[in-house]
Amino acid sequence: MLAEFGFGMLLMAFFTGLFSIGAAVYGHFTKSIRWVESGRRALQLTFPLVSLAALSLIYELVTGHFELQYVYSVTSRAMPTYLKITALWGGQAGSLIFWSWLLSAFATAVTLRKWDRDREFLPWVVVVTAVTLSFFLSLSIFFENPFARWWQTLNGGLVMRMFAPAGGILFTPPDGQGLNELLRHPGMIFHPPMLYSGFVAFVIPYAFAMAALITGRVDDRWIRLTRRWALVAWLFLSVGLVLGMWWAYDVLGWGGYWGWDSSEVAALLPWLVATPFLHTIIIQEKRQMFKQLNMILIILTYVMVIVGTFLIRSGLLSSVHAFAQSTIGYQFIVFIIIMLLASIGLLIYRWKDLQSATPLTSTSLLSKEALFLLAALLFGGVFIVCFWGIFFPIISEVVTAQKITVGPEWYKQAVGPLFGTILLLMGIAPLSSWTYGTLKTIGRSGWKPAIPAFFVPLILFIVNVRNVFALIGFTLVAYVASVTVFEFWRGSAARSHSQHENIGRALWNLVARNRRRYGGYIIHIAMVMMALAIIGVEMFQTTTQQSLATGQSIQLSGYTIRYDALAQFPYNDGRMVTRAVVSVLKDGKNLGELYPRYDYYPDGQPMTIPAVRSTLAGDLYVVLVNWENNSVSQTPFKVYHNPLVIWLWIGSFVLIFGTLVAAWPEREPETAWESMKIMPVFSK
Amino acid sequence: MQPSPNTGMRGRGKFIVGGVLILAAVIYLIISSTRANAEYFMTVDELQAKGTSLVGQNVRISGAVAGSTIQFNASTNDLSFEIANVPGDNATITAQGGLAKVLHEAVVDPTRKRLMIVYNGPKPDLLRDEAQAIVTGHLGEDGVFHADELLLKCPTKYQEAVPSQASGN
Repeated sequence: MLAEFGFGMLLMAFFTGLFSIGAAVYGHFTKSIRWVESGRRALQLTFPLVSLAALSLIYELVTGHFELQYVYSVTSRAMPTYLKITALWGGQAGSLIFWSWLLSAFATAVTLRKWDRDREFLPWVVVVTAVTLSFFLSLSIFFENPFARWWQTLNGGLVMRMFAPAGGILFTPPDGQGLNELLRHPGMIFHPPMLYSGFVAFVIPYAFAMAALITGRVDDRWIRLTRRWALVAWLFLSVGLVLGMWWAYDVLGWGGYWGWDSSEVAALLPWLVATPFLHTIIIQEKRQMFKQLNMILIILTYVMVIVGTFLIRSGLLSSVHAFAQSTIGYQFIVFIIIMLLASIGLLIYRWKDLQSATPLTSTSLLSKEALFLLAALLFGGVFIVCFWGIFFPIISEVVTAQKITVGPEWYKQAVGPLFGTILLLMGIAPLSSWTYGTLKTIGRSGWKPAIPAFFVPLILFIVNVRNVFALIGFTLVAYVASVTVFEFWRGSAARSHSQHENIGRALWNLVARNRRRYGGYIIHIAMVMMALAIIGVEMFQTTTQQSLATGQSIQLSGYTIRYDALAQFPYNDGRMVTRAVVSVLKDGKNLGELYPRYDYYPDGQPMTIPAVRSTLAGDLYVVLVNWENNSVSQTPFKVYHNPLVIWLWIGSFVLIFGTLVAAWPEREPETAWESMKIMPVFSK
Repeated sequence: MQPSPNTGMRGRGKFIVGGVLILAAVIYLIISSTRANAEYFMTVDELQAKGTSLVGQNVRISGAVAGSTIQFNASTNDLSFEIANVPGDNATITAQGGLAKVLHEAVVDPTRKRLMIVYNGPKPDLLRDEAQAIVTGHLGEDGVFHADELLLKCPTKYQEAVPSQASGN
């Protein structure tokens, strides 16, 4: 019964969505506030409707209704309840419902606000979100129905339908297939919802951007209204990406966190256009420039959100996300093309209205405006590389009938210099001033923080680091960190002087009253930390693999890993656990024990669980390599030393903090006069 | 971007030059990296048809793992197994009844071309009979494929497989 109810709710939500599109459009053209209002209410009604559908599905998952094909494919009796709930996004049909659920929630949240000043946007925000929502709901209803069930037919076959075929009786398998054990990890439980929240939240700024284009109100109002949405969406997206890395590092046991797998790159695509968008909208607000660019970036972000969802779900890519055999590829392509063409059409229609109040040519090449543009172009470069990396194999196959693929090395070589330059810009742009900037003005404000960075390569060279790229990388990291900290110091020192506050109070007020700017700088620090980790692992990872008998040891990067003991025992969920005890020693000191594991599940799925000893300087990552057919006297171990990798995780916490600072609602804004008094002025 | 009266074409020019330089850099990076790092993606049939002309080239190859051929020496970490030819594109795979079916048929069909893979390293958890292997490496002169990287997919876990309890009815 509940399956029919859930499906009915989906249908109602779909028709409500369609109604809200019609009502909003009709209301706009007949200038009827009541119809627009009706469209808005209808959109809000989709939230309880989709919620009921999603909750029905969750109920079916938790109570083990295996007659539902989706429940059968992602859960099993042995799974704990929390995993059954999270199985909502464990497969394709469920994750589409989850997508719709998030979008209906976000659409409701944004339409609940007061619209007095922005009434002309309302119908179009309703239309764009409702069109997107209706598209995803239609996928669930017509192609990937999570409520479809197994039916036993008279000729002995088993079919999957929503409703009973003629003479068919409901078939309930005794148990489900269960979620792949590799996915039963906190990183994997929260990675999809975070990533999806990020994806879906970007629909809102896009909807406002389209509303601005349609209504012709192309000042920065749409940006001011959605800046916080974009920041929070970016935060979810970033955290989702990091959680995926953490899962890969913690579960897959190959010593890394990012393999340039096409699905990973697909999830990165929206991030690569959203990040410059967050920067260039600042310029539009402050200088009324880059209006065209911002429109292009938000359109690209939205399209990449849909493309990303499509790529991850379509089975187009050969990747670890093996959701092959999708039935919804063409629907996605058609939807993407329609939305892209509509957006581009609107953009061309308003192109002239989007011209900058201040021409770019009146600024110098090293002004803040130009440097932000440069950063956006470099992000665009990384985006092009990644996009090309995904689609080049497909294109080459169509054109030459010969499929060519690109792997991690290809990506690293192509994006490395671009990311390096972006890092450099993070150390220059904060020092530059509006409109006018030369090497001299930047040098004047930047020579002090450059001093510590100057010593970094010297010291590294003395301690025998000879890798040129590593020297450049570490120097850049040190420089950006130094510049960013200096910015905090400079601002609070100036404030402390002019407002007669002690330095701690001044720092607090400085950040509290310029949350966006200093929140951004905190995010820069986070990026520097992550860069540190990436350089550490990419340039200095060491690894060795040896088979040991108990008592023997492996030497790696100054560590001694001694194999002490091995135990094998069944665990209560049926898996057979093989657990080794190894001691880590350095300079004769025992640093503690590690327990790498090899779990073998009853369904034949083995899982290698690395044991990791983390310090700020580096991780020791010990893997008990495949245990089948091995003996206690000959146990193969693989050990990685991953320098600095922990800074990736520390950086992600700093990133969350920085984004929250930047997105926190401002208190009373400081008056122009006050901020002029306290901001040091460097431009002429 | 209108040229402003006080800077004129010179002002506009420097931005155009800057933009073109970045674009050129991006294109250069893509091309140089493609030359150095791109790999041919082939099926077993295609690889064997090209024969020795590909010896030494970076190749990525996909096939179905024949479980009975997997050999792993834990003390030396020498791993070897055979993969059987499967079609390269998803459309063909779908037309032939889905990945799981295609992989199964490839392994049980004795007439399928097979390729011996050798690899030194840990045996991946997912390396099992009828898994899809995507192997990166190069073909040796001996006709054995020397893998640098193994990527494995087990489709059964994700697919809309019919419950086994019923399929025998």
